[in-house]
Amino acid sequence: MMNAVTLPIVNAARQISTLWKENIIKPITRSDNFVPDCKFEHTLEKAEIDVSGLNVSIKGKLILKDINLKIPEKKITCIIGPSGCGKSTLLKTFNRLIDSTEGIHVEGKVQLGTNDIINTQGNALTEMRRHIGLINQRPCPLPMSIYDNIAYGCKINGIHNRHMLDKIVEHYLKAVGLWDEIKNRLHTPASRLSIGQQQRLCLARSLAVEPEFILADESTSALDPISSKIIEELFVRLKEQYSIIMVTHTLRQALRIADYVVFMYLGEVIEAGDAQTVFHSPQEELTKNYLSGAFS
Amino acid sequence: MIALAFTSLLLVIGMGGGLFAKSLPILQEHSLSNLLFSSSWHPMKGEFGFFPFIMGTIWVTLLAIVLAFPISILVAVFLTGFSQKRIWKLVYPILDILASLPSVIYGVWGTLLIVPWISRFFGPIFVEYTSGYTVLAGGIVLAVMILPVLISLMTELFKTVPEELRDVSISLGATTWQTAKFVILRKTKAGIFAIVALAISRALGETIAVLMVCGNSAETPHSIFNACYPLSALIANNYGEMLSVPLYESALMLAAFLLFIIVLIFNLSSQLVLRYIKTNE
Repeated sequence: MMNAVTLPIVNAARQISTLWKENIIKPITRSDNFVPDCKFEHTLEKAEIDVSGLNVSIKGKLILKDINLKIPEKKITCIIGPSGCGKSTLLKTFNRLIDSTEGIHVEGKVQLGTNDIINTQGNALTEMRRHIGLINQRPCPLPMSIYDNIAYGCKINGIHNRHMLDKIVEHYLKAVGLWDEIKNRLHTPASRLSIGQQQRLCLARSLAVEPEFILADESTSALDPISSKIIEELFVRLKEQYSIIMVTHTLRQALRIADYVVFMYLGEVIEAGDAQTVFHSPQEELTKNYLSGAFS
Repeated sequence: MIALAFTSLLLVIGMGGGLFAKSLPILQEHSLSNLLFSSSWHPMKGEFGFFPFIMGTIWVTLLAIVLAFPISILVAVFLTGFSQKRIWKLVYPILDILASLPSVIYGVWGTLLIVPWISRFFGPIFVEYTSGYTVLAGGIVLAVMILPVLISLMTELFKTVPEELRDVSISLGATTWQTAKFVILRKTKAGIFAIVALAISRALGETIAVLMVCGNSAETPHSIFNACYPLSALIANNYGEMLSVPLYESALMLAAFLLFIIVLIFNLSSQLVLRYIKTNE
């Protein structure tokens, strides 16, 4: 009962304390030899997510049960499993967006490198979230121009130099292969792009704040086959620099691009391991059944 | 259905036309520019200058919006932020009650609390003497009256912003406040404009509460510590009295017609601006 009263007040105080913080992260802005993808200090030594004993309940109902996982860096990790098994909840725990859910209770430990994700608060949490990019299921461009969509993350993190922003926008649009398609209409609203282009723009926007991890929540399910193939190929290319965690409903997609697979069922991790091992010689009966299409 | 829709249109035209017809006698006696821009109001001598009343209406309404708008935006942003659902459950019923209080109660509250506060504490800081019955009092009372409406409409508006959009901004390393400033306010600017327009319309027509605290002297206000006399208060105070004075009834009808026109112009232009904002999104 005490908690019910104090928690909102503490949260409110935290929110208000962010009012006079212009930017949380200090960018490196030497204007000579500026490199668009080395703007922020890389504080993480090892970008590996380490989950141990994670329990998540919403309004008393246990959604995730005793999750123990190690997600390797610079690999594509696919989380597979039937709908409602807690895949998205797990993903949201990694960047703490789960906090906005009403009646949430999280127990256990999630480590990103040496950072404790679950117990980070306030400004440290804001800074930590920058290390973890998010690509939604449906592309959702911010209500501004294409240019500003990419520049937004840099602006809120303290980069305002027009010249640098120009370089950043060009660099990341090239990184996702959008530059040639849209370089002449950078200042038109991002909502006028096609859905597939929007999703690539969202990817570029996430990359622009230099995350170590990218969380993709069924990021290709709303796209047409060609666009979804482009995104898939991008992920494969990006895994050299970034660690990617992907939630997917399409087994074939997981089979194509995953290096590491996590199979979940009813809030539990049934099996996790190398893609080859899990797909070709699964240890658990449930995994075998799921892979053979006995249930979905 | 079409007939009903037309009826409402006819009602507006009928009202405007009726008021205009009733105010014709005074328009035939005096020129329109004289009536609108003259400051001398001496009905007994046959001088009818509406300028003080028009300015009174504008001053009080603008002041109310200037006071209420920033507060309502901040409160709504705060209420729709993270983990505030419990606070919202507490605040919503209070706003509901405030919104449905009759305006005469606000008027009494203004007379008993705001007017003395201005004349004793706030006014003397800036001017030598003020009675307390001022533009400021009217503005504050009116601001408090439109606040609940503004806050609850804005909160509803901010709730329409998709959760994903917030999530995107937050996951790029934005604070709650940055997200509100750059994403939510930007996404909802057309809606905010519409809400403010609605609040101004309501403030323009508000009569009783304003009448009780504004001082009602027919002089053009020069600062927020002067008394003023909004159009609506003029009509409510004087209609039914002194109608033996020639042209007086017609003058009041013109006042009503002016108020009608101000609200009409305001609503139409806000529609146009709204359309402009929407096409440019």
